[in-house]
Amino acid sequence: MNTAAYTRTVPRKTALAQGFRDGIPIALGYFAVSFSLGIAARNAGLSAWQGFLASLLVTASAGEYVGFTIISIGGSYLEMALMMFIANARYLLMSCALSQKFHPATGLLHRLAVGFYVTDELFGIAIGRDGFLDPYYSYGAILIASPCWSVGTALGVIMGNLLPLRAVSALSVALYGMFIAIIVPPSRKNRIVAAFVLISFACSYGATFVPFLANLSGGTVTILLTVIISAAAALFFPIPQKEDETDGK
Amino acid sequence: MENNVYLYILVMVLVTYAIRVLPLTLIRKPIRSRFIQSFLFYVPYVTLAVMTFPAITQATQSPIAGFAALVVGMILSWFGASLFQVAAACCGIVFLLELFLC
Repeated sequence: MNTAAYTRTVPRKTALAQGFRDGIPIALGYFAVSFSLGIAARNAGLSAWQGFLASLLVTASAGEYVGFTIISIGGSYLEMALMMFIANARYLLMSCALSQKFHPATGLLHRLAVGFYVTDELFGIAIGRDGFLDPYYSYGAILIASPCWSVGTALGVIMGNLLPLRAVSALSVALYGMFIAIIVPPSRKNRIVAAFVLISFACSYGATFVPFLANLSGGTVTILLTVIISAAAALFFPIPQKEDETDGK
Repeated sequence: MENNVYLYILVMVLVTYAIRVLPLTLIRKPIRSRFIQSFLFYVPYVTLAVMTFPAITQATQSPIAGFAALVVGMILSWFGASLFQVAAACCGIVFLLELFLC
């Protein structure tokens, strides 16, 4: 076990500045997408403040979207908890990967703080760094990305009211565009992922015609389909076992 | 039944934060089970795909515009467009098509 103190490759301030710089394009994308999330929040009956609060504290595109859907249909808190787990389960995997990216001596407070902002994009740039992850790099990116995400959501709630129906209709697909941008690139690299994305589309569409499933809430159908399809994929096409990574550090 | 929005948000925050922070603080070793590894690997793609279609065709005024956004988004993303570009193109195509369709 390496218990030596973590020696930074760059000073804190530099890491912070680099994170901030890499966070700018993420923040711009967040702003546009969170705006459409704000429209979903408005449809669920949330105020601008509530949308802002949810985005500030949750920072999860698919997760928040699912959450607002549950609020709009008046689902139970248990259904909310289950759906949040399903919609955000990928963060569990990312967080597992990120735990290997920290220097073993990285303190608990840094882990708690960086963990608050494990998103697809912030995880992506953190993993892309060479060597151990300096928490200050993540803080730099969070510093610009998080306000854009939260303010964008609040503006979506406010402006969604003022925009013509035509514009709202167009903006409401931004979120789906983001989902597409997350699922397509891995599908290109991995045919099995591509096949299961198409199977998921088909099953989700098919479920709207099955009387029993059509009567369940959208959230419950998503849970059922996700668990069944992912378990089938894992059973029939298990991913190659990785070599033990630096066990014992 | 009217539930409390702040309680909903609290549930969202607690579950999401637990998912994110527990592996970072508790799990110091890689997950061994090949099934769980594989399951977790597929979950994000399956759940996002299930949520995207047919929902995208119901989000727009015209289902055709929503479907066109799905197709255009997938093609652009396939050829390497960024998250922001894909999201913007989806909005653009819906806006253009609905000028004619609605």
